[in-house]
Amino acid sequence: MTTLSAKSPVLELRNLVVEFVTRHGTLRALDGISFSIAPGEVLGVVGESGAGKSLTGAAVIGLLEPPGRIASGEVLLAGQRIDHLPIEELRHIRGKRIGTIFQDPLTSLDPLYRVGEQLIETIRTHLSVSEQEARARAIALLAEVGIPAPEKRIDGYPHEFSGGMRQRVVIALALAAEPELIIADEPTTALDVSVQAQIIAVLKKLCRERGTAVMLITHDMGVIAETADRVAVMYAGRVIEIGPVRDVVKSPKHPYAKGLMGSIPALDERPERLLQIEGAMPRLNAIPQGCAFHPRCPHVMPRCHEARPVLAPVGAGQVACFLHEVGQ
Amino acid sequence: MSAKPMVSVTHARKVFDVSQPWLERVLSGQDKQMLVAVDDVSFTIKKGETFALVGESGSGKSTVARMVTGLLPASSGTFSIDDVPLDPEHGYPLALRRRLQMIFQDPYASLDPRWRVGQIIAEPMKAFGLARNEDEERARVSQLLKLVGLDPADAVKFPHQFSGGQRQRIAIARALASDADVIVCDEPTSALDVSVQAQILNLMKDLQRDLGLTLLFISHNLAVVRYMADVIGVMYLGRLVEVARVETLFAQPRHPYTRMLLDAVPDLAMSGRSRQPVQGEVPNPISPPSGCTFHPRCPLANTRCQTEIPLMVDGVACHAVQENRKA
Repeated sequence: MTTLSAKSPVLELRNLVVEFVTRHGTLRALDGISFSIAPGEVLGVVGESGAGKSLTGAAVIGLLEPPGRIASGEVLLAGQRIDHLPIEELRHIRGKRIGTIFQDPLTSLDPLYRVGEQLIETIRTHLSVSEQEARARAIALLAEVGIPAPEKRIDGYPHEFSGGMRQRVVIALALAAEPELIIADEPTTALDVSVQAQIIAVLKKLCRERGTAVMLITHDMGVIAETADRVAVMYAGRVIEIGPVRDVVKSPKHPYAKGLMGSIPALDERPERLLQIEGAMPRLNAIPQGCAFHPRCPHVMPRCHEARPVLAPVGAGQVACFLHEVGQ
Repeated sequence: MSAKPMVSVTHARKVFDVSQPWLERVLSGQDKQMLVAVDDVSFTIKKGETFALVGESGSGKSTVARMVTGLLPASSGTFSIDDVPLDPEHGYPLALRRRLQMIFQDPYASLDPRWRVGQIIAEPMKAFGLARNEDEERARVSQLLKLVGLDPADAVKFPHQFSGGQRQRIAIARALASDADVIVCDEPTSALDVSVQAQILNLMKDLQRDLGLTLLFISHNLAVVRYMADVIGVMYLGRLVEVARVETLFAQPRHPYTRMLLDAVPDLAMSGRSRQPVQGEVPNPISPPSGCTFHPRCPLANTRCQTEIPLMVDGVACHAVQENRKA
């Protein structure tokens, strides 16, 4: 934590609120998200479907689908607000300063263009280099992400690459313009475990070497445990716990985070039963009053029904739960 | 424990013809292309136990499941359930079909959106003539809904009114509606969130214990399999490479592929165990490597592995293990 505050953060979210205006009223999908990511740091953002983790990523890069919009709060990239920039400026930032990696590599790559053309175009859009220089850079990038014989493969089409190799190309594309921040939304979810491990290793190594900050969005706690420095756990559009990865994975404080961790079957032991949280994530149009988790919480107290707990320091992290406010 | 297996599969093989259409083939002078999806797979499942097939995409695990249920005709091999053989022409006899049901991965696709939940669950009873009248049918539907943790009043709702986990409960209720005792589950929790997955896995374990179900459980998730299975079969490119009881497989994996798979799983315990970097990817099944199909990725491979297909001996199909080769 101390090392983090020493450097100014690459990305900072301050009380970000995202709303969807629909015929049936305004739905609040993100409700006051605040966190920051330091240079070279990997922040894992976890949660189940509907928690708002992908939406957080989309809000940062200004790719919210209408009618979704940032209703209040700020997004700061290296100290500068980017949430209210015109589309053109944001588009430039998106390729140059923020790289993105999505779940399905086939949607990020154009099937009609050779891999090299896509890389060179990206490089030349954002950096003023000649065609030859860009090509040399593209080959170097492909080599860095672990594609064998990159000088040959650069002229291949996406369909000629396997799933894992395609995702490596997408990582190369995301890194092409030397971004400060990478937003990786479920980058390994579509891949088999053996390939997943390779991709995580590549992503981790490159970001460490370059000091790139990473916002890693995933539902897979295993990937988080392997990759992230800190973790933010989301529930119903709010961050309910954030802290160093070891603390959150091994001794989560928030009852939801506890339940989530306990519900994951482990490789090294076989419990008689998996921990079970009853019920499901609430829908956006029916987010409970007070603490959004209270109807499912085994430790629910009367005040959880009315008051909404805010993130407060607990140990090295922060937890939004009245159970952990006692000492205050 | 009775020695008689509930499910028995011997030398199952499935070949898919993936050739271009005839005219195109003739014009471009191509040969027919065959994809061997499953080859020489044999295993048995004891009554009341769970046998899990694990493997990466394209390993043939779902193909095996579909052949066992008779949904997909096998190219060769024999299948039997409770000693009743699967007839290649006519499938299982009707009396047995009632006892064999399947649960699929995607509960959004496996339930008809225009049917009420009650109708969906009652359908197997109708198909096998299990309920004498409508009252009996309704009573049984209510009972089944309660069994899987839903409300009997849910019978009049439609599938879209339920979440993914609840839909999977409906699919389980439907599978149990015909008093089935063998259930084939193809990735039943892969589409679900982890907390919901825990609910469904716990439910399936409870039902298995209470009803004495025999399960063939297909999954790519080793941790899920560890929780559910009694015996595990590891598949690679259409072949079983290792079969072992769950404790043995996780304590002492023998086949190099099994070891690699276990090593590749992210370390949630954060024990800091050292991991072997995984080599390569699953090859294209249309042109699989010669000999042992794993040899290009195997740290223990030698020339024998390049030419000779290893046979399953004592639960593992690997020359290196059988010769006691060391890295």
